[in-house]
Amino acid sequence: MKWKRNLVLLILLTCGVTGLNAAEGTPVDTGATAWMLTSTALVLLMIPGLAMFYGGLVRSKNVLGTIMHSYVAMGIISVLWIIVGYSMCFGGNILGGWFGWNPDYFFLKGIDTNILDAGVPEYVFSMFQGKFAIITPALIAGAFAERVSFKAYCFFIAIWGLLVYNPLCHWVWASDGFLFNLGAKGAIDFAGGTVVHISAGVSGLVAAIFLGSRRGYPYQVIRPNNLVITMLGAGLLWVGWFGFNAGSSISSGLSTAQALTATQVAAAAGALTWVIIESFHQGKATALGFASGILAGLVAVTPAAGVVQPYGALILGIISSLGCYMVIQAKNRIGYDDSLDAFGIHGVGGIIGALFLTFFIRPSWMAEAAAAAGGKWTVWNQLGVQALAVGVAVVFAAVMTFIILYLLNKVMKFRANEDDEMAGLDRTYHGERGYGMLNPS
Amino acid sequence: MKLITAIIREVQLDKVRQALIEAEIKRITVSRVSGHGQQRIEELHRGQIIIPDLIPKIKIEIAVNDAFVDITVNTILKAAKTNGSGGTVGDGKIFIVPLEECIRIRTGERGSSAI
Repeated sequence: MKWKRNLVLLILLTCGVTGLNAAEGTPVDTGATAWMLTSTALVLLMIPGLAMFYGGLVRSKNVLGTIMHSYVAMGIISVLWIIVGYSMCFGGNILGGWFGWNPDYFFLKGIDTNILDAGVPEYVFSMFQGKFAIITPALIAGAFAERVSFKAYCFFIAIWGLLVYNPLCHWVWASDGFLFNLGAKGAIDFAGGTVVHISAGVSGLVAAIFLGSRRGYPYQVIRPNNLVITMLGAGLLWVGWFGFNAGSSISSGLSTAQALTATQVAAAAGALTWVIIESFHQGKATALGFASGILAGLVAVTPAAGVVQPYGALILGIISSLGCYMVIQAKNRIGYDDSLDAFGIHGVGGIIGALFLTFFIRPSWMAEAAAAAGGKWTVWNQLGVQALAVGVAVVFAAVMTFIILYLLNKVMKFRANEDDEMAGLDRTYHGERGYGMLNPS
Repeated sequence: MKLITAIIREVQLDKVRQALIEAEIKRITVSRVSGHGQQRIEELHRGQIIIPDLIPKIKIEIAVNDAFVDITVNTILKAAKTNGSGGTVGDGKIFIVPLEECIRIRTGERGSSAI
């Protein structure tokens, strides 16, 4: 993200050109475009990955319903994205900068022949960004798994996408967004720590508390139906995350390589840390623990991938797993039902990543920030900027999610009724069974 | 001694199990079974309604001493019935058969005390 914007800035300064898009004569950089196309596909792969990760963790009567929470987001958010989403996120400030708007982006009708300054067709950039908009509401579904009405969920993610994701995305990533321009060189959110993970995690926590626990939770043991697909899903997420992070450089070069390396290191460090903690605490290294650690590491490095060096990514992975593990332990004591730990991993990992990355920023970035600030820019200055960005994301996501849920619940019951919940989402809302083969039929 | 076998709806299992535990009946065996009685269910497959020939059910088996037969049966009756107290086709059946012998493998105990 930042690299593309920096490039734009450079061109603006040198040529005095205005506007985000270059003239139609900009040549396509085939190398960068090829990687961005690949990244776009990789980020989409994360959604089936998430569906499998979540799908395996619920009871067998809810496996399809849970998988559908991810898949239906691919439908709803994709359609909304081309209609208004891209425009709201990456158009120019309107309404005092609450979100953006650009009539050319409405139905993407004005970008048919646009090539960005990075040498990438704007369609590719738009589709790449659209995948982030899809996965974010799908992440929330983990917090209220096994107990929501499918119809209400569909309306919820549509409204949430428009009113929470799009504004946040605009603030953090659009060139005129206020968080993008905070401090010397902006709040650092390379690939979506605040926009994606903190917003989804915090919204999930609010929704989980608002809806109440699943029936039987916590005294009745609720066990995963298929940890094998959960592990497969975690693997796909790790693979897809290379598109998510390394693709966020909007280039195919040095910054891509830096992000890719940081991603690998953090995921591995997170996974190892988790199983080591578990081994000491419970005496066993669980597969689900390893998968959770992968995610904790990946989430924490998401905002940081563009600015930290491998040792920093390693430490971020370790701290994130520690933090997430402790929060999940606390959840079990407190008793709120964040069913699949959307907050416990994405919220907590995202906050840890966004704050602690400050201590591992590569010196060249700090030097540039100092130059931009007119001489001096310390770690503590940047930490303040990061904390403010985190605070804005937390408060905005929490308040808006509560308002959306409260109003939506007046129109249609968000929570499944007792009979439907007991019968399972698969039968009630989809008329199907996930595992026909468990029984002769 | 009697062997009580109850065939119930899958979705009632949690409720029945909880009711049995509350009635101090804590030794049960549960299995997934399929069968057909009077009930018909519908599933969807690419826009087409299909009626599976065999419907999935849960079978609970409980071996009890004679004094516990009534409480066990009443507990299951109450918890497995759907639609308030009205009941719906497909709620299931309970079978009771005499149990000739019961042996605890660990100790070799036989009869009532082994249950």
